[in-house]
Amino acid sequence: MKNIFLTAALVTIFAIMLICVFLFANGIPAMKEIGLPEFLLGTDWSPGDVPASFGIYPMILGSISVTLGAVLFGVPIGLLTAVFMAYYCPNGLYKVLKPAVELLAGIPSVVYGFFGLMILVPFVRNLFGGNGNSILTASILLGIMILPTVIGVSESAIRAVPDQYYEGSLALGATHERTVFFTILPAASSGIFTAVVLGIGRAIGETMAVIMVAGNQARMPAGILKGIRTMTANIVLEMGYAADLHRGALIATGVILLLFILFINITFYLLKRRATI
Amino acid sequence: MNKEKIKITGIDLYYGDFQALKNINMILPQNKITAFIGPSGCGKTTLLKSLNRMNDLISDCRISGEILLDGQNIYENIDVNLLRKRVGMVFQKPNLFPMSIYDNVAYGPRTHGIRSKVMLDEIVEKSLVRAVIWDEVKDRIKKSALSLSGGQQQRICIARALAVEPEVLLMDEPTSALDPVSTSKIEELVLELKNDYTIIIVTHNMQQAVRVSDKTAFFLLGEIVEYRDTESIFSMPEDKRTEDYITGRFG
Repeated sequence: MKNIFLTAALVTIFAIMLICVFLFANGIPAMKEIGLPEFLLGTDWSPGDVPASFGIYPMILGSISVTLGAVLFGVPIGLLTAVFMAYYCPNGLYKVLKPAVELLAGIPSVVYGFFGLMILVPFVRNLFGGNGNSILTASILLGIMILPTVIGVSESAIRAVPDQYYEGSLALGATHERTVFFTILPAASSGIFTAVVLGIGRAIGETMAVIMVAGNQARMPAGILKGIRTMTANIVLEMGYAADLHRGALIATGVILLLFILFINITFYLLKRRATI
Repeated sequence: MNKEKIKITGIDLYYGDFQALKNINMILPQNKITAFIGPSGCGKTTLLKSLNRMNDLISDCRISGEILLDGQNIYENIDVNLLRKRVGMVFQKPNLFPMSIYDNVAYGPRTHGIRSKVMLDEIVEKSLVRAVIWDEVKDRIKKSALSLSGGQQQRICIARALAVEPEVLLMDEPTSALDPVSTSKIEELVLELKNDYTIIIVTHNMQQAVRVSDKTAFFLLGEIVEYRDTESIFSMPEDKRTEDYITGRFG
């Protein structure tokens, strides 16, 4: 019986190793051929030109900008929702709200993308100008997509704060509001940071929804109302027809993305460790 | 001299269908220490928490009767936050916030609108001195309060309560989680504070009641059996049940 569990565990480890080996084996030679500085910091991505140019700096900035935008939209709304759910929500409403938030997590990203394309793109276009496919639109959409993660994780962090802190603050004459914002939230801060980091991880790795609203121009970010291409979008859009060095450069983009995710996960791990000490 | 600080008249308190307090009548004198004693579940903590309305947090708690603080009914037309500023509380387990010692003590004053750093510094130092903990922590008041020992934490809790300048101090078994040395430090401190505050202390420890209190109330099953000067209640209890309890026959 034990061997069955062991096999299952080994399959998991084997999968992650296989992915790493594949990515690095194909990506690193390409990076070498292009030259690491040119690859990472080159501002021109023109795989079809002669000579071709493979700079993914615009896509790195693209991924970072929509992720930051998502955090900007998603974290305040998510955090306040979590506070509401833990401290203000009447029982009847909670029974509706909680499953609704969970459902938000289960919606396929292509459906989000469709919603973005049909609702958000025209909304941004009419309100702010431009053609609507922009950093702003992608940020709003990703902000919505990270909500369930941010809400779920910060709500449990808030609920994990001992009641005695709440009572202690009230006994000093503090209002409910002051207690929540000056005692409970600081006490839950490491859990809330964890929520933010997980949200970042979700946003930076998102592909389908972003492609549908971001414009996908492979150029340096030119303003929040202008289009952008993320690393994930870069891979998906060109993988179908890429060959040789072009293909290698896309796989190398995946390597960089993986490193980003790795960095985020290490941060998450450190935060979690700090929280349990 | 024996001015009445709190007057309790005909208090009945229910948790749902369970009656936790039955027709409580008592007068708590100013600048005295009153001890509430009695077995677990007899209502002494419930009455204590009625005095600063912490019972409001319990959703199915109903209370009737009258509690007057300086003649003012605390269950009518009163800002409950101001009431809790005037009637401070120290809990059974030290419940310092996960912040620095300074921020813990400054929490109350900040809550009540004091922003000036100079004033806060002064209040924090004064409160810690009053709670006889200043010398032990003055070099690390910016460090986390949770790194201190339980006894030190409880004295910081007292300092935190004093920082909002209360008139009454409610103490809910403040030494039950502490070792004997810390306990005697807290008891000394309580005796000192008597000059400036009206103190009500719930305790399971009858020696503690004898050592610190001026008056003692013995609670049983939600009723006050006996409420008199500490000395006389312990030397010659009038009620058989009081005698049985203080001689250790039950409880």
